Amino acid sequence: MSTFKLDITREHCPMTFVKTKIELSKLKSGDVLEVLLTEGEPLENVPKSSREQGFNVLEVSHVEGLVHKVLIQK
Amino acid sequence: MMGATDFSLGKLPTEQKKLSLISFSGEFDKLVATFTLATGAAAIGYEVNIFFTFWGLDAIKKKQGRAFVGKGFLPKLFGFFMGGLRSAPVSRLNFLGLSPKIFRYLMRKKNVATLEELVEAAKALEINLYACEMAMHILGLEKTDFIHEVKGVLGVATFLELSEGGRTIFI
Repeated sequence: MSTFKLDITREHCPMTFVKTKIELSKLKSGDVLEVLLTEGEPLENVPKSSREQGFNVLEVSHVEGLVHKVLIQK
Repeated sequence: MMGATDFSLGKLPTEQKKLSLISFSGEFDKLVATFTLATGAAAIGYEVNIFFTFWGLDAIKKKQGRAFVGKGFLPKLFGFFMGGLRSAPVSRLNFLGLSPKIFRYLMRKKNVATLEELVEAAKALEINLYACEMAMHILGLEKTDFIHEVKGVLGVATFLELSEGGRTIFI
């Protein structure tokens, strides 16, 4: 099991979801993706759509300012 | 892109939602809308089909600039004036092709995905791209004139079958 990192704090819709999905597609089952994202649509919807697609959202935590961290396990 | 990709859903046995888009206009702004919806939906787990017809076919031509693509004199002339993805005009205030250049500049400057990046994302997400058989026939185009990601050439009946059970949007 490995952990990978993805920073989408500078991305806008739809690339926030697109980059997360493409990154998740490269992982093996059990691997974890650490996503840095901002408040608003990315924070509301990246964890939600990941859960809906059957991935495990292990953690959603505040980093600093508008930035949050989401841990998604494939 | 590196390594193998696996877009299969996670562990929940959820039923996959579906979005089908009919890309008709071939205009820059409407193509941005088409590919934004398509990639966004694919990224959140939808099965996505895009059916390119009429002017929309210009967006999936291999030759992205102006080129005499098509069989026959008139189709070749049309093909040249319409061009491909890079020559798509905007639907309002095109200013002889200046506006798409301004839009591309603004999108890059504001860190918003450009049309070309959205198309690349659509390919990476393995969105189903289809070409309309009837429009291809009128414009003298063949499947080999299109990017290899185009999965097939369809008519109305097959498109309706593919889009059944999901949402369909005409752009």
